[in-house]
Amino acid sequence: MQPEWLDIGPVDQLPSLGARTLPVRGGDEIAIFRTANGSVYALVDKCPHKAGPLSQGIVHDTTVTCPLHGWRISLITGHALGEDHGCVPVIPVKIDGGRILIGRAAALASVG
Amino acid sequence: MSRPHLVVIGNGMAGCRAVEEILARDASRYRITIFGAEPRVNYNRIMLSPLLAGEKTFDDIVINDHAWYDDNGIALVAGDPVVAIDRRIQTVTARSGRVEAYDKLLLATGSDPFIIPVPGHDLQGVVTFRDMDDVGAMLRAADGGGDAVVIGGGLLGLEAAHGLSLRGMKVTVLHIMPTLMERQLDETAGWLLKDALEKRGQTILTGADTAEIFGQGLVEGVRLKDGRTIPASLVVMAVGIRPNVKLARAADLAIGRGIHVDDHLVTSDANVLAVGECVEHNGAVYGLVAPLWEMCRALADGLVASPSGYLGSVTSTKLKVSGIDVFSAGDFSGGEGAEDIVMRDAARGVYKRVIVRDDRIIGAVLYGDTTDGNWYFDLLKRGENVAELRDALIFGQAFASGGGVSANPNAAVAAMADDAEICGCNGVSKARVCAAIIGGAATLDAVRACTKASASCGSCTGLVESLLTVTLGDEYTGTREVPTACKCTSFSHEDIRRNIVEKQLKEIPQVMQALHWTTPDGCASCRPALNYYLLCAWPGDYADDQQSRFVNERMHANIQKDGTYSVVPRMWGGVTNPRELRAIADVADKFGARMLKVTGGQRLDIFGIKKEDLPAVWADLNAAGMVSGHAYAKALRTVKTCVGSEWCRFGTQDSTGLGIKTEQMTWGSFMPHKFKIAVSGCPRNCAEATIKDFGVICVDSGYELHIGGNGGIKLRGTDVLCKVETEQKALDYCAAFIQLYREEARYLDRTAPWVERVGLEYIKRRIVDDADGRAMLTARFHHSQSFMQDDPWAKRAAGEDHKLHQHLAEIRPMERV
Repeated sequence: MQPEWLDIGPVDQLPSLGARTLPVRGGDEIAIFRTANGSVYALVDKCPHKAGPLSQGIVHDTTVTCPLHGWRISLITGHALGEDHGCVPVIPVKIDGGRILIGRAAALASVG
Repeated sequence: MSRPHLVVIGNGMAGCRAVEEILARDASRYRITIFGAEPRVNYNRIMLSPLLAGEKTFDDIVINDHAWYDDNGIALVAGDPVVAIDRRIQTVTARSGRVEAYDKLLLATGSDPFIIPVPGHDLQGVVTFRDMDDVGAMLRAADGGGDAVVIGGGLLGLEAAHGLSLRGMKVTVLHIMPTLMERQLDETAGWLLKDALEKRGQTILTGADTAEIFGQGLVEGVRLKDGRTIPASLVVMAVGIRPNVKLARAADLAIGRGIHVDDHLVTSDANVLAVGECVEHNGAVYGLVAPLWEMCRALADGLVASPSGYLGSVTSTKLKVSGIDVFSAGDFSGGEGAEDIVMRDAARGVYKRVIVRDDRIIGAVLYGDTTDGNWYFDLLKRGENVAELRDALIFGQAFASGGGVSANPNAAVAAMADDAEICGCNGVSKARVCAAIIGGAATLDAVRACTKASASCGSCTGLVESLLTVTLGDEYTGTREVPTACKCTSFSHEDIRRNIVEKQLKEIPQVMQALHWTTPDGCASCRPALNYYLLCAWPGDYADDQQSRFVNERMHANIQKDGTYSVVPRMWGGVTNPRELRAIADVADKFGARMLKVTGGQRLDIFGIKKEDLPAVWADLNAAGMVSGHAYAKALRTVKTCVGSEWCRFGTQDSTGLGIKTEQMTWGSFMPHKFKIAVSGCPRNCAEATIKDFGVICVDSGYELHIGGNGGIKLRGTDVLCKVETEQKALDYCAAFIQLYREEARYLDRTAPWVERVGLEYIKRRIVDDADGRAMLTARFHHSQSFMQDDPWAKRAAGEDHKLHQHLAEIRPMERV
């Protein structure tokens, strides 16, 4: 049986208030974010507006601002905040012993 | 009749407290044996910090002495740890071989300090901070004085550092995150704490990643990944703790991060219970003492009385460093629907932040004044609706429960005596401010103009605005002539810049504290602005905050709509050569650039470069002698030139040569916004110098200098600044003008609106009329440039910030059959 969680690396490889990318062969790239207080979140790396790379945006609180047109996306729900409407898939994350684990099913959801 | 035998593994705070709770409910229910790894009675582990600091002795921190064990008929087996559990026949075996049978087994094995596995972690002189033996080792080391390094700037690490520094050691704290105690404190409180500890003589290095601990048998120092070394005869590892689940795992109990327990602290075996830091309840593990008390109550209820059930704990933190008051509780990460209420008092060194969601407190961070910590924590735990208290909440319990009048800050201001001083800087009383308002000063600016109240440091701005509201009622619109920098502050850009210089403010959190920011860590508008103002005010001193920069400035390239980047190497004065062109062509081929475009600024833009390829692209361009064109930066972009007297039959001066010199002087500077220069060789103006931020038009008799042009959304032709006779003067005036713009414009002002706002006459006065002032501006520009003119591409190509460019990992799903 396939494990439920995928180990994608040590958490200290994530910059604080920043993000790293995780390409998925045959599927959508994933962005792994780290907030000021050290919490880690993962979203599909595609703004619901014009598919901008959210991983390159400015992280603030639990929000990332898309670098292309400034949409603010919640890292918790994947929903656009404020006046904008749209949603990007969220991938479950947990940290265990300093390793980042992401939910296999959600990570591979976009693989055809 | 024999009573059932309860065996407790762990003679620490959790194990003994659980026993106390059981005895309190039914002293005769169980025959009790406690195994402890340490050869001593039960003591208060959280008091190790005051013990280290010399504020307590071991006797002070003993919770249960030998008499307690004897009086309650408890067999204590100290210094002989349990090494195995046999659940089938219900026995435990100790290291000495001693075997005890149990009816009920309680695991209270606590947690182990986490040791980072760097080279040298096992040298003599490397200790953790967990038990009496650790404290003993630290005290022995401190006897000889010398240098100590504490790895970990969390609660435990800072308490260890405090103790060691009181014991006379020179202490350096290494913390891997950018701010101290980041799990408990926000950026501002973390900064205030760092500042206070540094003033006490500790050295605090944040963002410090340990590479190795070195020494010959004995520890001699610590080397960081950036190459720095710190000497040390003692290294304390305080980077965190892990639940101790060794025995439970060997006994095949269900474990996750900790030993899995239900609401009655029962493990996957009905006869085995667990309590304290070794357990995981509903996905949570705890490293603080309060949850442990709550667990012990639920455990005893379940075992002896009627089951009550443990529901998990909300925790609060207090740092035990005497003279520094820090408190935090709950969730302060913000997020949707969360609203911050912030109060700062720079003079008293106070920072208070309460986070409210749906009219309920969800978190609190207090620095400098923690008297209301327990009140906030209580409101938080009870989930009390605070809508009615909302306005007075931040002023604390005494104020908020003063009731009626004082629950509203405006009412509190209204209740002040007439002779109460509003503005300390200028000695202005409430009566004078009110008289001015009644006399027609209906805005903040008007009050400042006629009374000087809040016109100096500005910290009483809120009070003055309250008086305007109280006096004018609905007529007060809150408008100002000079807008505030953003919604986080009552200060204008100009006030902020002035205060940074006058008060010698040198870091973003320091500015926010000194100027009473109303948000904990600013917003996307003020952070980049503060970052720029600090960099401009303290060249060479202030460290640029990358997190306050837009993606293009962080990546040193321009993001495009498909997420790829475009790369523009600098072409001095728009002049290139076959070698550069070949290198650009090779890069375009090698990295699959989809387009090469000549820009409006006379250089080449390479489109479609992937983030991962950027460092390699830069390395290739560097190798051909090219540097970043800063096409992404709030900085000098290009110096556009025409061919001038060298080729053109109309050219009056060497405009190309002057353009190249100008670009070599100005590249790399960080400015309020992008900045474009052009040099035309004659008044035909082929380089379009009259729509640039700074333009030069060469004439037979010298150089006409133009400023404040813009060819963007709002077209603006330049104003003529003056005419100078020599190239050198043109360069000096250019440097002086840029520096004036750097020092006085608001962040994100282009020169055009700035010149319109301050007026051409003002700029002429500063640059043309005042020769000494001009020379000083020019000198300050060159001083600043001496720190700015290094190619960011070269550093990235050499591996700096490589994480920004590389993927964390890659997922390759297996082919489905």
